[in-house]
Amino acid sequence: MAKITFITTENETITVEGFTGSVMALAVQHGIKGIDGDCGGVCSCATCHVHVEPEFMERTGLAGDLEKDMLEFDDDANAYSRLSCQIKISEALDGVVLRVAK
Amino acid sequence: MPENLLTNDQVCVVIGASHAGVNFAFSLRNEGWQGDIILFDSDPMLPYHRPPLSKGYLSGDETMEQDLLKPAESYEKERISLRTGVFVSKIDPQAKTITLGDGSIQAYSKLVIATGARPIVPPIRGIDTAKNIFVLRTAADAFSIRNELQSPCLRAASEKKRVIVIGGGYIGLETAASLRKLGAEVTVLEREERILARITAPVMSAFFHDLHQKNGVEVLTGKNVIAIETNREHNVIWCDDDSHYIADMIVLGAGIQVNKDLAEQAGLEIENGIRVNSAARTSDEDIYAIGDCTFHHNPHYDRFVRLESVQNAVDQAKVAAAAIMGKQPVYNTVPWFWSDQYDIKLQMVGLSTGYNQALVRKETGDSVRFSVWYFNDDNLLAVDAINNGKAYVLGTKFIKERQKINKAHLIDSTVEFKPGNLVVE
Repeated sequence: MAKITFITTENETITVEGFTGSVMALAVQHGIKGIDGDCGGVCSCATCHVHVEPEFMERTGLAGDLEKDMLEFDDDANAYSRLSCQIKISEALDGVVLRVAK
Repeated sequence: MPENLLTNDQVCVVIGASHAGVNFAFSLRNEGWQGDIILFDSDPMLPYHRPPLSKGYLSGDETMEQDLLKPAESYEKERISLRTGVFVSKIDPQAKTITLGDGSIQAYSKLVIATGARPIVPPIRGIDTAKNIFVLRTAADAFSIRNELQSPCLRAASEKKRVIVIGGGYIGLETAASLRKLGAEVTVLEREERILARITAPVMSAFFHDLHQKNGVEVLTGKNVIAIETNREHNVIWCDDDSHYIADMIVLGAGIQVNKDLAEQAGLEIENGIRVNSAARTSDEDIYAIGDCTFHHNPHYDRFVRLESVQNAVDQAKVAAAAIMGKQPVYNTVPWFWSDQYDIKLQMVGLSTGYNQALVRKETGDSVRFSVWYFNDDNLLAVDAINNGKAYVLGTKFIKERQKINKAHLIDSTVEFKPGNLVVE
């Protein structure tokens, strides 16, 4: 089990518990605003973009190649950007804080 | 915003709890609709993503629970009534009602048609009596295909099932890849001289042909199926060149036809789909249509199109919701699509119809990574990207901005792939 906190673009803080699957699916399940996951989690639509709070970057890991490609020309992307459909939930994620990108 | 839309005695009825229908319902609530929202669908399942049906769901990598559009509680939370397993038999636009399968009547203030499409069953002699023949559009279809494949083979339990896929389009090819993964012996029969002929350049057809062959799927082109003979053990599929193939199972991937019957009977304007305006409204002012079933104008390409895609479903859903709430949205997007086969990710943006030049950019390195750029003279129409998110993202940007591309730089993989190098100022 992992407790994951989302901070929306409206600065709403929501902490939810997840067990398996992707962070995107967890966010959609809890109706986190700004995470749409239109493509269902196959890294094709970039509608699940989050910024990992820097201190948790080690736990989420860095973006993969396709993910980096998808984000490269996004003005809102930075070194802490991830597509949350590509982050798998595990115990290691317990306590991480993710900001929903614009 | 018109005052009456915020009263709670209004009812918005949606026919089709599809990707479009479900997204619409949530968007409408999000836009501030106070009245009832009722979603009807003849499919008894909780609404789900369709793209995985031919991919991860079929191959057994994903469960239906993972592929639901929204968890069951979300509907309750957003006060969206989900009436699954209910058939809608008629729309009466004068009375503003729909008739359900049991004869009961449901009134609406606004109606949204999100009925999508159904697979075409081609008029092949003997197709009605063929054994273990499947289409793939619903979760139940995917489930049946997987079950049949995994049932013991009649010849010997150890034998592989022989599957013939009729049609080498995306559904047919994805299905072939997934069934191969499950251990079947798979052959794809394509009527045209190459697979994916209608939608991609020859270089893409050749790439996917080769990919399937390498993974052990036989792909045969120029195979026009004219008859199916079925005996106790199996089906024999005959082509017009007198060749024949034996199949324990048949999967049809011969394209779709729009579910337009309800709209047609209601007297709505129909062309190659249900005709809607830029706000997703049909020829009736209180009836909207969204998703695969619509025939709509695309401003970027300045022509009418019918699209089978998640992007179109989601975006038209948003447009219809905004329009119903009295806003003036205009549906204006560059379409995008994707396909996953084996370990290959194909991302497509734009519409390549009318291209007169297809340029290939192959990235350096060992991994398979390239993109095909479709032009009409200097006008970039579409990009197909293989394992290449960067090409996809750049293509999207260039198409939207109608940028002129330096073609010599584009095809030269030693020129770094970034806007400054590719755009002609």
